[in-house]
Amino acid sequence: MNIIIMGCGRVGAQLAALLDRDGHKVTVLDVEQYSFRRLADNFGGTALVGDGTDEDALRKAGIEDADVFVSVTQGDNRNVMAAQIAKHIFNVPKVVCRIYDPLREEMYSTLGLETISPTMVGAQLFRDMILG
Amino acid sequence: MYVIVVGGGKIGFYLATALLSEGHEVLVLEKDPRRCEFICEQLGSVVMRGDGCEARTLADVGTERADIFAAVTDEDEDNLVACQVAKHKFKVARTIARINNPQNEMLFKKLGIDVTVSSTNLILEHIEEEVPTHSLIHLLNLEGGRLEVVEMKIPEDSQAVGKKIGELAIPPGSLMCLMVGKEGAQVPTDDTIVEADARIVVAIRPEAEAMLRAALTTAK
Repeated sequence: MNIIIMGCGRVGAQLAALLDRDGHKVTVLDVEQYSFRRLADNFGGTALVGDGTDEDALRKAGIEDADVFVSVTQGDNRNVMAAQIAKHIFNVPKVVCRIYDPLREEMYSTLGLETISPTMVGAQLFRDMILG
Repeated sequence: MYVIVVGGGKIGFYLATALLSEGHEVLVLEKDPRRCEFICEQLGSVVMRGDGCEARTLADVGTERADIFAAVTDEDEDNLVACQVAKHKFKVARTIARINNPQNEMLFKKLGIDVTVSSTNLILEHIEEEVPTHSLIHLLNLEGGRLEVVEMKIPEDSQAVGKKIGELAIPPGSLMCLMVGKEGAQVPTDDTIVEADARIVVAIRPEAEAMLRAALTTAK
C-alpha cells in the first residue's frame, strides 16, 4: 500500500519503520529536516520536508495515489486539519489521526474521522497495570 | 449580540474594540497570559485565558448562547478546529474563520464553517484593482470557490473589439453578466458588439480563466 505519514516524531518514525519492514511504500512528511534523524538507516521509504496542512505539499508527497494517510504531529489541530484535507479533498480511502485531547477526539470520531487518543489509551493502560 | 473572539492578537484585539464600541457583548479567548493582561487593561474584563479549541473552555464562556463565533488566530488549523467545536458541540449559528492560506477556503466551507476571511485574498484583490495591466479582477467567490465573478477590461488592441459576443471563444459554462461601455451598463447578448475599454463582468469557473483571458484580451 501507498502510505503517507505526517510527522516524523517518535511515533511517526517508529510507524514508518514498521510499515516499511512490512513491504509498504512509505512517505514521511515533516516540516523539519532534522526530524528525519529518527528514521532508521535502512529505511527504504521517502522522507520529504513539507507542511501536511498544505495541499500543494500533500500533492508533492503523492497524496493523490495514497491508500492511507496518518497524521501524528505534536499538534492536535494540525493532525485534525491534515486528516480532513486527506479525507475530504483528496478522498484517501483510509485516514487515521492522533488527537491528544480526549474531548476533541470524541467529537472528531463522531464526525467520522478514525482517531486515536494516546491520552485515553495511556491512562487506561496505567489503570489496568495498577489494578492488575 | 454575543460575539466570541478566539485569539487576542492584533486582529482579535481591534475586532473586540470595534464590536464593544458598537454595543455588542464580546468575549476574547487568549492563551497567552501577558496578552490577556494587556487586553484586560485596555478593554476591561472581556477576556479570558484559555484555549478556544477546548470544549470545556467554550462551555465555561457560554458558547451555546453565542450569536457569532469568530476564530482569528494566526494559525489556520486552530481557527478551523475552534469553529468546528463551536459548530458541532455548541450549535453556534454563525462561525467565522480567518485563513492565511487561500487554498483552505474550500476545505473550510466544505467542513461547515460559515464564513472565511482570507487576508491574502483581500490584499490580492486590492492589488488587482490597483494594477492597470492586470486585466482580470476577482469580484466574488461563489460555491466555496468553484465559481467566481470576475471583471475584465477589454484592451484597445484586443482582437475581440468590434466583434459580436457570440463570435468569441468564450469558455463553455461561463455567463456574461454585464458590459459597461461608453453607453453605460447593459446585459450583453450574443449580438452585442464588444467595445474597446469596456468592462465585462463574467461568472466563470476558476479553471476557465485562461481561456476567457485569451478570448477577450489577445491582441490583433
